[in-house]
Amino acid sequence: MRTTSKILAALGLMAVASPTLAVLNIFTCEPEWGALAQELAGDKASVHSATTALQDVHRVEARPSLIARVRSADLLVCTGAELEIGWLPLLLTQSGNSKIQLGSPGYFEASQYVVKIEVPRILDRSLGDVHASGNPHVHLDPRNIAKVADALAERLVQLDPANADAYKARANSFGERWRAALSRWEQQAVRLKGVPVVVYHKDMSYFINWAGMREAGSLEPKPGLPATPSHLAELVEKMKREPAKAVIYSAYNSPRAAEFLSERAKIPSLMLPYTVGGTDKAKDLFGLFDDMIGRLLAAVK
Amino acid sequence: MKKAKLMALAVAAALSVTRPAAAQAQVQAGAAPTGANALNPGISLILNGIYGNLSQDPAGFKINGFVPTLGEVGPPNRGLSLGESELVISANIDPHFRGTAVVALTPENTAEIEEAYVQTLGLSHGLIAKAGRFFSSMGYLNEIHAHAWDFTDAPLANKVFLGGQLGDDGIQLKWVAPTPFYLDIGVEASRGLHFPSGPDGGRNKNGTGSGNFFTHVGDDLGTSTAWQAGLSYLSTSPLDRTYDDADSTGATVTNSFSGRSRLWVLSGILKWAPNRNPTYTNFKLQGEFFRRKEGGTLTFDTATTAQPGDYSSRQSGLYLQGVYQFMPQWRVGYRYDRLDAGTTAIGLVDSGALTAADFPILAAYNPTRNTLMFDWSGSEFSRIRLQLAQDKSRSDVTDKQVFLQYIMSLGAHGAHKF
Repeated sequence: MRTTSKILAALGLMAVASPTLAVLNIFTCEPEWGALAQELAGDKASVHSATTALQDVHRVEARPSLIARVRSADLLVCTGAELEIGWLPLLLTQSGNSKIQLGSPGYFEASQYVVKIEVPRILDRSLGDVHASGNPHVHLDPRNIAKVADALAERLVQLDPANADAYKARANSFGERWRAALSRWEQQAVRLKGVPVVVYHKDMSYFINWAGMREAGSLEPKPGLPATPSHLAELVEKMKREPAKAVIYSAYNSPRAAEFLSERAKIPSLMLPYTVGGTDKAKDLFGLFDDMIGRLLAAVK
Repeated sequence: MKKAKLMALAVAAALSVTRPAAAQAQVQAGAAPTGANALNPGISLILNGIYGNLSQDPAGFKINGFVPTLGEVGPPNRGLSLGESELVISANIDPHFRGTAVVALTPENTAEIEEAYVQTLGLSHGLIAKAGRFFSSMGYLNEIHAHAWDFTDAPLANKVFLGGQLGDDGIQLKWVAPTPFYLDIGVEASRGLHFPSGPDGGRNKNGTGSGNFFTHVGDDLGTSTAWQAGLSYLSTSPLDRTYDDADSTGATVTNSFSGRSRLWVLSGILKWAPNRNPTYTNFKLQGEFFRRKEGGTLTFDTATTAQPGDYSSRQSGLYLQGVYQFMPQWRVGYRYDRLDAGTTAIGLVDSGALTAADFPILAAYNPTRNTLMFDWSGSEFSRIRLQLAQDKSRSDVTDKQVFLQYIMSLGAHGAHKF
């Protein structure tokens, strides 16, 4: 019934002669870029994120609803660096939208504007699901957000020159607020320096790198492969020799493996938002870093 | 070469005074492969092998009640055998086109072009055109390569109505509507290479031998479910489409059909994963319903008597399957197959010229099959599957089948198609 009315509504919509674009249609692959696009474009854009903080971005499927969104997008903002390799190429080829194809102004890859870490020296799938151009989870270094924001603001100006002043003003305002927040976070993160943590997946590397923390192990035996009993047993042994301060995992991970290690090794397990929407406090990019740092500080006290 | 790279670094470093972010990224981009190999297309190779244990000889496989298709519809061999190795090569050709080729290397040491097509990237307005050889958009499963199927073999309905899997030489035009949910409509015009067209290999004529129309609707339901439904219609006019059968004395005869064949396929798929995160648990429900009407002339024993008579049939079939991932890496699935031979009127039998025993394969029979599968995926790139089936394709016997199979892919990352 609802579908029928939807189809009728759609046909009515199509009957209206060439709809003029009131706002820029922005499709983002991840919620962090959705939040950033919203900060920079405000009411000049309608922003839709393909995924939420509760999804593992590696494992998304090119669902019909996503193809429909990309079909009408003016700008696509994704991470790149092969993070979306399983589904983004399909969205591009199935959408029939030339504006957002690779190389078009409407195609924006955030990872191209930052320096990637953990670029593998050896590329072989026996090492797990490794990405040739480096670790793609770039948004968790707050300095990267500033770099991507600059590039994205430029892109918005290029795509929608009529609203150039608005984008520039918003980018300046965001830049100022971000710099202020960054210096606050840097002060807070001093207490995290050198703190060893066990991670679930290699998705926290940029944060760990920025905060000067130390990765003492990973619940996944190899990137993308689920934890095995033997690997967890090894980690328990390792924690006896050199205990970590916490086992951290993302909102989209099951807590089971982290809790297992936490109980056996007597170290706290800690869920982190990972991206915007991962926790109640991580409502936007500022909230995301406030909560990431706040939760870690509370745990390693 | 090294000097040029140093120069690039120096330039990047100089630029970094003004534009640090962009320049740093440029430095890293310099680490990407250069030279003639840098633009190599994405290449992947699918390897698979199978062990089969069948209570009935697969050489005698037939699906009673339905015209044989000449397609690859029989079950895998008994014992150990290599499956088809699939080589997939694809890349953007230029800003306008993308090309894909899928070559199946068969265990009999032949190479078969499964798909080889170009498609547009830049038409916009939701339009996508495709030309070459490709799997026809007839239902859901037909467009998916066998290595990505949830079961070892095709549903019975796909076997009798599409000859296993229908690929054809042709063109396809598809339009994705600018709607808030997914809606597409499309048409294909093809050579008519295989069943239900005929003769096998296509007719010797200008123009097309087969045409179809399709449409899909899909959307999300809540925060954990997504669905898609499709309707396809194929129309073709086979000329001298032959099949082998036995006459009432048991002698092998070749019969031929000329006339019109129309096929409708209704498909539906529903996927569920908590919060759209399929990593730990997920469920997939999939089903398709086929209905075919054929009418024209059936010529009995083309080699000797070549008696022509009227022929008409209305037949249908369906499959319904569910696959549940109950923990990471482990899945279990069940599939139910049922075909309905419906009504078949053979003029030569009705007039008394021949008897129904002269067309044994067409005698009314409703084949069914129950299939159970378990699989384990080591990663996204490897899968090992155990499949058990009770196949009543043949009217006289039940074939109890056990298959143990591996499917692995190396090279370029596969697509997560819905």
